Amino acid sequence: MTSATLQRRNMRVGMLSFLAAAGMVGLGYAAVPLYQLFCQVTGFGGTTQRATEAEADLAARMAQSAGARTISVRFDATTSHSMPWTFAPEKVTETVQIGERDMAFFVARNDSAEPITGTATFNVEPEQTGKYFNKIQCFCFTEQTLQPGEEVRMPVLFFVDPAIMDDPNAQGVEQITLSYTFHRKSEPASADTP
Amino acid sequence: MATTAEGFQAHTEDAHHDADHKPGFFARWFMSTNHKDIGTLYLIFAIVAGILGGAISGIMRAELAEPGIQVLGYWVDLMGGEANFDANLHMWNVLITAHGLIMVFFMVMPAMIGGFGNWFVPLMIGAPDMAFPRMNNISFWLTVAGFCSLLFSAFVPGTAAGYGAGTGWTVYAPLATYGHDGPAVDFAIFSLHLAGAGSILGATNFITTIFNMRAPGMTLHKMPLFVWSVLVTAFLLLLALPVLAAAITMLLTDRNFGTTFFDPSGGGDPLLYQHLFWFFGHPEVYIMILPGFGMVSQIIATFSRKPVFGYLGMAYAMVAIGVVGFVVWAHHMYTVGLDVNTKMYFTAATMVIAVPTGVKIFSWIATMWGGSLEFKSPMVWALGFIFLFTVGGVTGVYLANGGIDDVVHDTYFVVAHFHYVLSMGAVFSLFAGFYYWFPKMSGRMHSELLAHIHFWIFFIGVNVIFFPQHFLGLNGMPRRYPDFTEAYAYWNHISSAGYAIMAASMLVFFANIAYAFIAGRRAPANYWGEGATTLEWTLSSPPPYHQFETLPVIEEHHDYHDHRPATA
Repeated sequence: MTSATLQRRNMRVGMLSFLAAAGMVGLGYAAVPLYQLFCQVTGFGGTTQRATEAEADLAARMAQSAGARTISVRFDATTSHSMPWTFAPEKVTETVQIGERDMAFFVARNDSAEPITGTATFNVEPEQTGKYFNKIQCFCFTEQTLQPGEEVRMPVLFFVDPAIMDDPNAQGVEQITLSYTFHRKSEPASADTP
Repeated sequence: MATTAEGFQAHTEDAHHDADHKPGFFARWFMSTNHKDIGTLYLIFAIVAGILGGAISGIMRAELAEPGIQVLGYWVDLMGGEANFDANLHMWNVLITAHGLIMVFFMVMPAMIGGFGNWFVPLMIGAPDMAFPRMNNISFWLTVAGFCSLLFSAFVPGTAAGYGAGTGWTVYAPLATYGHDGPAVDFAIFSLHLAGAGSILGATNFITTIFNMRAPGMTLHKMPLFVWSVLVTAFLLLLALPVLAAAITMLLTDRNFGTTFFDPSGGGDPLLYQHLFWFFGHPEVYIMILPGFGMVSQIIATFSRKPVFGYLGMAYAMVAIGVVGFVVWAHHMYTVGLDVNTKMYFTAATMVIAVPTGVKIFSWIATMWGGSLEFKSPMVWALGFIFLFTVGGVTGVYLANGGIDDVVHDTYFVVAHFHYVLSMGAVFSLFAGFYYWFPKMSGRMHSELLAHIHFWIFFIGVNVIFFPQHFLGLNGMPRRYPDFTEAYAYWNHISSAGYAIMAASMLVFFANIAYAFIAGRRAPANYWGEGATTLEWTLSSPPPYHQFETLPVIEEHHDYHDHRPATA
C-alpha cells in the first residue's frame, strides 16, 4: 500500500469517527426535547396528562358502566426559593369518584412589593398514576402575573382515568398527591428552550 | 520477505543512523509527533496527576481519621480563606471533586489510553506510528490544558463559602448551576471540555490506526487482546464523551446565558442532567478498566507461557461489555424516583454485564491452568488485579439491585465498591502494565524485589483502606461528608491507617524507578523470555525512534498469540 493511499484511507476513517462524535453531541442535545416528549407520552415520573372536555365525558361514561370506586386526591403547593408568594390549596384532600371531573382551588398571594410573573410545575405521586391523571383546565398551563399584595383563587379541573382500575401497578393506590411548585419566571426569558 | 528478528533490532546508540535520529530536547518533547514520546509524556503526566490526586485523598483520609473537623481548617487557611464551618465544608467538597476528576480524567485515562495505548498499540500491530501523529500531540496538550484549567478553578470563587468547585465529579445541576455562583465551576467544566476533546481526538486516532495500519497479515482476529481492548475503549470514548460534552455545555449555558435546560422554572429538568451524565458516566467506567483487561490478558499469557484461553471469547466479551455498558446508566440513579419497571430493567441489564466479565475472569484463570507460571512482578500485579477486581465486581452485582441500592445508595459501600474496581482494579492493572513494559520503554530493568515489596505493601494498604468502608456503608455512613458520629470512628480510623501503608508503598515505587535509571541493568529485547510473543518483543529495549521501517509480516502460521518471525 502506498503512503498516499494509506493517508487517504486514514483521513476517511478519521473523518467518519469525527462525524460519529459530532453526531453524539447532536444526540445529546436531541435528548432534551425527546426526554420531554417521552415523559409527556408515557406519564413517566408522574407527568400528568392533558384532556379535552370530550375525553372527560367519555371517561365519565366508561367509569359509570364499570362501576368505579372513589379515590382520595391530596393537594400540595410549594414555591421555589426565590418566589415571594404564599401559595396553598383551599382544601388539602378531596375524595373523588374515579372518572368524574372535579374542581380544586389553590390560593396564591403576592407578598412582595412588585408585580411578579410565575409559572407552576407539577407532577403526581405515586408516579405510576401520572398517565391516569388528566387535567382539563389548569392555572399551570399559562403564566400567572400577580400585582403586589394581590390574591387570586386558581382552579384546576381534573379527572382520574378509569383505566387506572385495570393497571396492576396502580392497585392499592388509595390516594394521589397532586403537587405544584410555583417558580418565578426566569428574567431573561429565552425562547430557544423548551 | 526477510522478517528476521535482527531486522527489527534498534541500531546501537552511537550509530547515528536516520532511523534513530532524534530531534533536540524542546522539539522532541514539546512538539512531539512520535507515539512513543507522546506515550512517555502521557505516563509522566499521569504520574504527576496521580501524585496530586493521591495527596488530596491523603488530606481526606486525615480528616476522616477522627470524628469532628480537624484538618480542613488548615487547608482553608493555607488557600487564603477564613476557616469557619461553611468554608471547611466547602473545602471538603472541593477536595472530593478534585480527587474524583483528577483520578478519572487526568490519571487513569491518560495512563491507560494515552500512555500504554500510545506506546504499545502501534508496536503490537506492527505500525511505524499512529495514523495522525500531529493530532496525537494535540490530544496530549489538550489534556494538559484541561488539567491546568481544573487546577485554576481552585483559585477562583466557587460559592460564597470559598474558592473552588465543590460539585462532586458528577457536576450535578442544580448544585453546579445556581448552587455555585462563582466562576470556579466554569473552569471545571472547561477543564472537562478540553480533556474530553483531547480524548475524542485520541479515540479517532486509535480507531484509524487499528483499522488501517495493522501489519500485513494481522487480521482483527489475530490482534493482541490489548489492541482489542484499546479499540473497544476508543469506540466507547467516541460515543460517550460527546454526550458529556453536550451535557456540560448545557450546564455552562444554564449558568451563564440564561438557558433553562436543567432549571424547572424555565421548563427544564435537573434529572435530565443526571441521565445525560450517566449515559456518559457508565461507559466511562469501562473506558477506565477495559485497557486494564487488555494488559492483564497479555501479562497472564506471558507468565503462563500459554496462549490466552478463549481468545475470541475474550475479545468479544469486551465488545459485549462496551455495548451493554451503554444501556445500564440509570443504575446510578435508582433513588431519583424511577418506577418499579424501570428499576427492574436496569437491574437486569446491569447484571447481564456480569456474564461477559465472568467470561474474562474465568478465561484468565483457565489461561493459568496448567501453564508454566512465573511470578514475576507484572504477574503478581495481574493476579492482584483479578482477585480485587472480582471483589469489586461482586459488590457491583449486589449494588445493581434497585431494591438494595435504595438502602446503600450514596453510602461508603458504594465508595468501597468503586474503589475496588478502580483504585484496585484499574490501578493494579496500571502497575502490572508498568512493570511489564517499563524496561521496554526505558531500556533499564527495574528491581524485581522492590516491585514485589511495592506490590505487597500496596496490596495490604489499599485493602485496609477500602475493605472497612464496606462495613461503614452497610452501617449507613453517607458519602461526601467530612464528619461522622462516634459510631463510625473505629473503621474510619483503620481506613486512614491503611492510607499511610499505601503511601509508604508509593515510596518503594519511586525508589524502584530511581533504581532502574541509576543502577538498572540494560534491558534486552525480550527480557520476559519464551512467554512474551507479541511484536514489541521483537524490537530492542527501548525500541528505535522509528520502528518497523520494513513492516513485519504476519504469516499463515502465526496465530493470535505468537507474532514473532520464524527464526531461520
